[in-house]
Amino acid sequence: MIVIVDYQKGNIKSVERGLASAGADVRVTPAADGIREADGIVLPGVGAFADAMATLEETGQADAIRDAVAAGVPFLGICLGMHLMYEAGEEHAEGAPTRGLGLLPGVVGRMPAQDVEGRAYKVPHVGWNTVHVTDAGAQGLFAGIPQDEYFYFTHSYVAPEGEATCGRTAHSVTFPSACARGRAFGVQFHPEKSSDAGAALLANFVRLTKER
Amino acid sequence: MLAKRVIPCLDVKDGRVVKGVNFVGLRDAGDPIELARRYDEERADEVIFLDITATSDERSTVVDLASRASAELHLPYTVGGGFRSVDDIRQMIAAGADKVSVNSAAVKDPSLITVAARAFGTQAILVAIDAKRVPGAGDKWEVYTAGGRNATGLDAVAWASEAAKRGAGEILLTSMDRDGSREGFDCALTRAVARAVDIPVIASGGVGCLEHFAEGVIEGEADAVLAASVFHFGELSIRDVKEDMAARGIPVRM
Repeated sequence: MIVIVDYQKGNIKSVERGLASAGADVRVTPAADGIREADGIVLPGVGAFADAMATLEETGQADAIRDAVAAGVPFLGICLGMHLMYEAGEEHAEGAPTRGLGLLPGVVGRMPAQDVEGRAYKVPHVGWNTVHVTDAGAQGLFAGIPQDEYFYFTHSYVAPEGEATCGRTAHSVTFPSACARGRAFGVQFHPEKSSDAGAALLANFVRLTKER
Repeated sequence: MLAKRVIPCLDVKDGRVVKGVNFVGLRDAGDPIELARRYDEERADEVIFLDITATSDERSTVVDLASRASAELHLPYTVGGGFRSVDDIRQMIAAGADKVSVNSAAVKDPSLITVAARAFGTQAILVAIDAKRVPGAGDKWEVYTAGGRNATGLDAVAWASEAAKRGAGEILLTSMDRDGSREGFDCALTRAVARAVDIPVIASGGVGCLEHFAEGVIEGEADAVLAASVFHFGELSIRDVKEDMAARGIPVRM
């Protein structure tokens, strides 16, 4: 059973539908206990890092996720859910960064509105862009999906580079659009809104949860 | 590289597509979801449902539409029309809409943009602007509300900038002069707004033939191009449009 963590950050329905059509038994729950019983965990979400993290901590969801991931339960963070996997997130300019789930090192920061040569780019980064997958990524979450396939993005913040990066996308900067460490995965784009390629990716995740 | 988007727009009244639909092979040409599914299969990049009923007692029909769309579509979609408050927007997002488009209500109370962007994220808030060229004033356009009935005195470029500062995630810009004219987008208007804001701009109003789409991107500097009737009547397919854009060097998702 795959649990979608419900923390009031929108758009759970499409994720639920996507996983179900990939053959998963899906349960949507806000309960930390439910997360602890899962064979797979999906953390969706759009919106603000600090807000989301506050909810996850208050409800005990954050610790349940940390424990499950440490025990090797497959995890997929989508969009904001990927950001939350990192140590911390810069929300707005003011104040210290907010602590994240800490599954991966580094701080999520704002996407610059210019490239290194000073050319202007639109932020939020909205629309369909390609993902260039590393060799490791191509064997896991992206198995069977063509290199440089288009996925749907909508975000203003980007995850930090690191060893976990397994897919990259270029806008004003080239940023990690997919990450993996062990059986914990994150994607910056929305597979549930990304047509056939997105459906294939969700099916790969569902398959991983069944391999335990 | 980020692809330029091609977006069919469906005008919906009392839960049915209006503006005529002449697609062969649709069981029910008036059903917005069935038409949107067709566009999904043709690899449209998004769809926009614009509710033109917009009376408060019809809201449940639109919420129901958003909910069906989230169950049946595999692409992002926006619902626009008739939002008066953050609660209206919350209801639509909860039903599964990826984005909402606000127009008259945002002009009346610009803080609606700020509050909604804070609550749902900037990516979820499109600000729709209906603009009309001011006669004899050079490149100046005035904002109209209530479906083009009320002149506001606001300058379209200045209003787009303010909307962006307040947290709009995208601007949906319709030229009232060109809408329905089949003469192509008002590229001067689109470019003026695209250069004034650092968020994506969707060009709307005036498409009559294939080349107009590429013009909107190249001359208008739009990030996305929107059309309704040329798609609904089957004059052009999404594929025709994307092939033409690609041939002109525009990045598109085929």
